Amino acid sequence: MFAEFLQYLFTGITIGATYALIALGFTLIYNASHVINFAQGEFLMIGGMATVSLTAMGVPMVLAIILAVLLAGVLGMLLQRFAIAPAKQADVVTLIIITIGASIFIRGLAQLVWGKEYHVMQNFSSDEPIRIFGAVLNSQSLWVLGIGAILVVGLVLFFTRTLIGKAILATSMNKEAARLVGIRTQLVLMLAFLVSAVLGSVAGVVVAPITFTSYDIGIMLGLKGFVAAAIGGLGSGIGAVVGGLLLGVVEAMAAGYISSDYKDAVAFSMILVVLFFMPRGLFGAKVVERV
Amino acid sequence: MLKTILRRTGKFAAIAAAGLVMSAQAAEPIKIGSFLSVTGPASFLGDPELKTLEMYVEKINEDGGVLGRPLELIHYDDVGNASNARNFASRLIRSDRVDIIVGGSTTGATMAAVPLVEQAQVPFISLAGAVVITNPVKKWVFKTPQTDRMAAERILTDMKDRGITRFGLISGTGGFGSSGRTQTLDVVEQMGMEVVADVTYSGSDTDMTAQLTNIRNTDGVEAVLNFGFGQGPAIVTRNYAQLGMELPFYQSHGVASDSFLELAGDAAEGLRLPASPLLVPDSLPDDDPQKKVVQDYKAEYEARWDSKVSTFGAYAYDGLMLAVQAIEAAGSTDKEAVREALENIQGYVGVTGVFNMSPEDHNGLEADSFRILEVQNGEWKLIN
Amino acid sequence: MLNRFMQMRLRDLVILAVILFALPLFLNNPFHYDLATQMAIIAATVVGLNLLVGFAGQISLGHAGFFGLGAYFTGIMTSNYGWSSVPALVVGAILVGILAWIVGRPILRLKGHYLSMATLAVGFIIAIILNNERALTGGPDGMPVPAFTVFGWELSPFGSYNLLGMELNGSEAWYLFAAVVLLVAVWLAQNLIDSPIGRALRSVHGSEVAARVVGVDTARYKSLVFVVSAIYASSMGSLYAHFQGFITPAVAGFDFSILFITMVVLGGMGSTMGVILGAVVLKLLPQVLADFQELETVMFGAILMLTMIFMPKGLLPTIQMAVGRRMKKKAGGQA
Repeated sequence: MFAEFLQYLFTGITIGATYALIALGFTLIYNASHVINFAQGEFLMIGGMATVSLTAMGVPMVLAIILAVLLAGVLGMLLQRFAIAPAKQADVVTLIIITIGASIFIRGLAQLVWGKEYHVMQNFSSDEPIRIFGAVLNSQSLWVLGIGAILVVGLVLFFTRTLIGKAILATSMNKEAARLVGIRTQLVLMLAFLVSAVLGSVAGVVVAPITFTSYDIGIMLGLKGFVAAAIGGLGSGIGAVVGGLLLGVVEAMAAGYISSDYKDAVAFSMILVVLFFMPRGLFGAKVVERV
Repeated sequence: MLKTILRRTGKFAAIAAAGLVMSAQAAEPIKIGSFLSVTGPASFLGDPELKTLEMYVEKINEDGGVLGRPLELIHYDDVGNASNARNFASRLIRSDRVDIIVGGSTTGATMAAVPLVEQAQVPFISLAGAVVITNPVKKWVFKTPQTDRMAAERILTDMKDRGITRFGLISGTGGFGSSGRTQTLDVVEQMGMEVVADVTYSGSDTDMTAQLTNIRNTDGVEAVLNFGFGQGPAIVTRNYAQLGMELPFYQSHGVASDSFLELAGDAAEGLRLPASPLLVPDSLPDDDPQKKVVQDYKAEYEARWDSKVSTFGAYAYDGLMLAVQAIEAAGSTDKEAVREALENIQGYVGVTGVFNMSPEDHNGLEADSFRILEVQNGEWKLIN
Repeated sequence: MLNRFMQMRLRDLVILAVILFALPLFLNNPFHYDLATQMAIIAATVVGLNLLVGFAGQISLGHAGFFGLGAYFTGIMTSNYGWSSVPALVVGAILVGILAWIVGRPILRLKGHYLSMATLAVGFIIAIILNNERALTGGPDGMPVPAFTVFGWELSPFGSYNLLGMELNGSEAWYLFAAVVLLVAVWLAQNLIDSPIGRALRSVHGSEVAARVVGVDTARYKSLVFVVSAIYASSMGSLYAHFQGFITPAVAGFDFSILFITMVVLGGMGSTMGVILGAVVLKLLPQVLADFQELETVMFGAILMLTMIFMPKGLLPTIQMAVGRRMKKKAGGQA
């Protein structure tokens, strides 16, 4: 009984950590520019696919990962510079459509360059599962949780201790004021996208050994990440992490205890319930509406 | 906008006019139409199918074509969506005016196109698996894969032979997994066996330990069967090994490919599945009629595309060859003549099996065209 | 005689009618009619969605859920229970309307991205239910739908019909039917827009707080437009099911929802004629790009991005502005 519960919990936390990392990416970009970046999932895909193709060409693993993350980062900046920035004061919905177009475009490119097959990546450490109280844990899951935690801590430090981080926060609070104090907002926005892309691609690399990777893996994962971010409250870092973990655990519990057919439906219903009682998500800021 | 419509219809008109003129000439190509799920959730099916069709149309043309005429392949990508499939079938029949259609990677796509094909009276060889495609028999619809019902029968027979009567079922919620599950539940009653646990996962899921744990904790479970295709079954297989489950493990023919072994790795050791002999061509006895056909297809495909051969590509191969055979037997591309020729094909040795068509059976295969394979030392071994 | 607003409405409607009835001159085979019919049905759907997104400013990322419910209700009732087409359509629309009202009340209290998230969730839940209840819906492999019948008379894409002495095949007859439906849908939408309800909706879009201050019951109006757009979607879903003859749960899926929203935004939010243009372009684009095979996805994505970046107001409003500017230049030059 307990072993069963523990198993579901482990599964849920592992996948939840992935959702959390993607949700953090959404949150970052939303905070900086109030844009929901539907192409976030594609950064995850690029991290995994680029690493796999580079290692297949003989590049050592660590270097491959660094290059893959760099590639994703560059793509993130290009996305901001050429797709978001030119749209300037466009409607919220228009920006959503632009990012959707970008995600389709990136996916199409990935399909051309890397093909449509699924690829496997080796576990970072051992292939032997770890046994705890009757439940098993994939050693890669510990990597996901560990690296996830490091990234979260890193982000917190970045935003509170570094100048660039504070500049991003300032831009998100009031763009005009930030410009007035000399912050180059265009550069800051590109940086936000860069960091978000790096986040997504690292998540992609660390998760690929568990989930396999292919050109279209970003769609569903990106969507679930958006869901997690919304549950936690858009704009809140803690919310993103909590939302992601919560979503993963609820999914796993639903699959195990209720019905695996409807586990996704349970997860989506959970969002509706959360939003019904807390219209801004769990940790969403109480926004004062300027009239 | 109007300009685009004008330009486009102008192009259609020009092609139609050219077609009219060309029909007066002699070596006008035989048009083979195809709608496949080349991209999207069913690209596992459509991608090798398209590669196979392209490759063999080229090859046949190099060898002189059919009835002295070159083959022309007109293909569209339905992205795994049945509505798109129906539209492209409409385009193939009415706009491109093809002589025969070899396509329909998924059951949904195939069934959506069936009314059109029946009404337009164009022979259609489907590459999809569900039993409803050819049962009840439709005059103009044929198919090359064995039905999912046959797969279930074959697997359950092998289970019974090993003394297993109660097993857990884990299937994908997509078309293939879902209809495989339905057929399994149906066949199980007839064979006096029992499904004691029935869980599912969706196509984009990345971890199935919860579902497998559920099965493991069910009383009396003696084996596990996974119906699905794509990366899902590979994840199930890995999770299965991680959980340390030792029960006999069966997969469906949806993963009968070397790429599955690549994805599943060591976890696949010991699992069994029904498959065409495509994966073990060299293990076939020399007097097996399929040996040469299978060996040739595998060698040619892998040489051309530098990637592993797949069961689904073989469906397309058989479909194309059957079409060519029927056209040659009919001596023309007259649709009724070709249809009748298709119906009367007997003893045609394909990669998927040996086809014996008849007016009541537009599939032409039996459950025993499936061989049971087992993974030993990371390779496929022919068991039965 | 007619005031300015009514003149504009009539003008738009007449232009649309002319285009619809002149189009057959350019369509030369049943496949073209097939496409045109689908464009008309989907255009009518997005006209309804436009009321919600364009005029009331509420984002819905799950609209295909209502479309799919209408399609499946019709499919199940006419296939398995022998209902006639029109009752199935009407009852389906009413039921979906009720569902939309129940679901809409709590959801529409949400703002911005949370609203889109909630509508996304609703759409997914509907699609999952349709996919899983195999016994009722045929599951992911779909289910066949019989032809559209009214009092025993059947409208099928395969029949032959006789109208005013003209011989029409099924595809052409369906096109005519769909064109009429589209015109009715547009007329109804325009009536709604130019009524007090429409003005209330636009006030909600402009500033919800200000609207409430002035005494507009924003919750009620938002709910109303949500229900209306859901009814549009359900009715069109039913027709779509009859026309295609076969439906799968993809008809309620996320991809389809995104396609609808994209049509609205691409064509021009808030412009009834604009979203029709959006529907035509996005339905035609895959057909045009089909010849590009491998490059299709990349090109589609690129076209989408570029269009939205350079024409953020949508195709039709941008074209109208450009034409307007040119006319002003000409007038200015002559003066």
